[in-house]
Amino acid sequence: MIFDYHVVWSSLPLYFSGLLETLKLLAFSLSFGLLAALPLALMRVSRQPWINATAWLYTYVIRGTPMLVQLFLIYYGLAQFAVVRESIFWPWLASATFCACLAFAINTSAYTAEIIAGSLKATPAGEIEAAKAMGMSRAKMYRRILLPSALRRALPQYSNEVIMMLQSTSLASIVTLLDITGAARSVNAQYYLPFEAYITAGVFYLCLTFLLVRLFKVAERRWLGYLAPRKG
Amino acid sequence: MLKGYGAVILDGAWLTLQLALCSMALAVVLGLIGVALRLSPVRWVAWLGDCYSTVIRGIPDLVLILLIFYGGQDLLNRVAPLLGYDDYIDLDPLAAGICTLGFIFGAYLSETFRGAFMAIPKGQAEAGLAYGMSSRQVFFRVLVPQMIRLAIPGFTNNWLVLTKATALISVVGLQDMMFKAKQAADATRQPFTFFLAVAAMYLVITSVSLLILRGVEKRYSAGVKVADL
Repeated sequence: MIFDYHVVWSSLPLYFSGLLETLKLLAFSLSFGLLAALPLALMRVSRQPWINATAWLYTYVIRGTPMLVQLFLIYYGLAQFAVVRESIFWPWLASATFCACLAFAINTSAYTAEIIAGSLKATPAGEIEAAKAMGMSRAKMYRRILLPSALRRALPQYSNEVIMMLQSTSLASIVTLLDITGAARSVNAQYYLPFEAYITAGVFYLCLTFLLVRLFKVAERRWLGYLAPRKG
Repeated sequence: MLKGYGAVILDGAWLTLQLALCSMALAVVLGLIGVALRLSPVRWVAWLGDCYSTVIRGIPDLVLILLIFYGGQDLLNRVAPLLGYDDYIDLDPLAAGICTLGFIFGAYLSETFRGAFMAIPKGQAEAGLAYGMSSRQVFFRVLVPQMIRLAIPGFTNNWLVLTKATALISVVGLQDMMFKAKQAADATRQPFTFFLAVAAMYLVITSVSLLILRGVEKRYSAGVKVADL
């Protein structure tokens, strides 16, 4: 059994357009997911039981069900209702790209909210007391003290979440999108060479993962340097 | 509400549960082998263990599932004639799913186990040796019981991720809960109802496992002092 390099070589353009699609899906879902995660995290640390419980229920349900089910609920499921089919949102909801981004963003928002909430709760009591002693209002305290420090400390865990999301974008190929995995599936369907098709996709993902790990290392050194152990 | 498909989906749920439990059992075995390799003093053996864990964790589950399922089938059908077996072999999706998920999550578990082993103070093993225990006895009587306690949070996490990853095996044709729901959805044109039912089933499975594993954690933490803040 020999690895067929020719097929891999000639389908490289397909893989690279898949790479672009994967990066696009990742960028959209991460940015909207993070935007939604901030208010959710603030709700999760709220002392009002109702607000806290609402956010808890959301993250619990999203984190307790497979992403594939969430994707199918949005992509196939919503079409069941005439109200949705006749609404102004239908052109978007009928598009696989939009549905995939929406499902991914919802999914990552729940995980990210828990990460940020955990980080907020781990804020040293002294920092909060100092802010109060300076006479800061709650809003100012969150803006200047709590959020900047909590977001920094959330970086290591968030980098894990980003890598998990990169891998999760491969689910987009199940709803017909041509991301890296989609490219591999179409190469396999065309030549029936599963090893070549999927190993190439695996190499693409491995490179992306290493690149992301590197980027986050740099980011951590830049923003978390003050927490690193003393050298020598 | 489910138009008589309720029993079919429950049937699929049973298959999902079997798949998850068997894959986890395999993953624990592979994870222990992986950690034994990684902690080995022989350098290339440790390197082999590191490769297994890094490469598998850097590739999406779906790609690995497709690779192992279609690639494995291809490989079997090329090797089988050489051994004098001429019929076309179709991989059983359940067996293939168990092997694939077990292989993937073995890599994740080897990471969990490694962290747990390294968190046990060195003095524990030394004390065991000083009492005249053999290194095998030290491993099974001193290290493993403590490792279990330290590995439970990571194990819980991996189990939850694995349970949810079983949904992906429906893509290669296993007739699990997800597959059955898709069929029912196509037949009745009510996809939302059926996928919602599947989501609820998964939520039940994850919630029950959380409760059980919390109990296990409590049991293995007996005698560990926890200070109140």
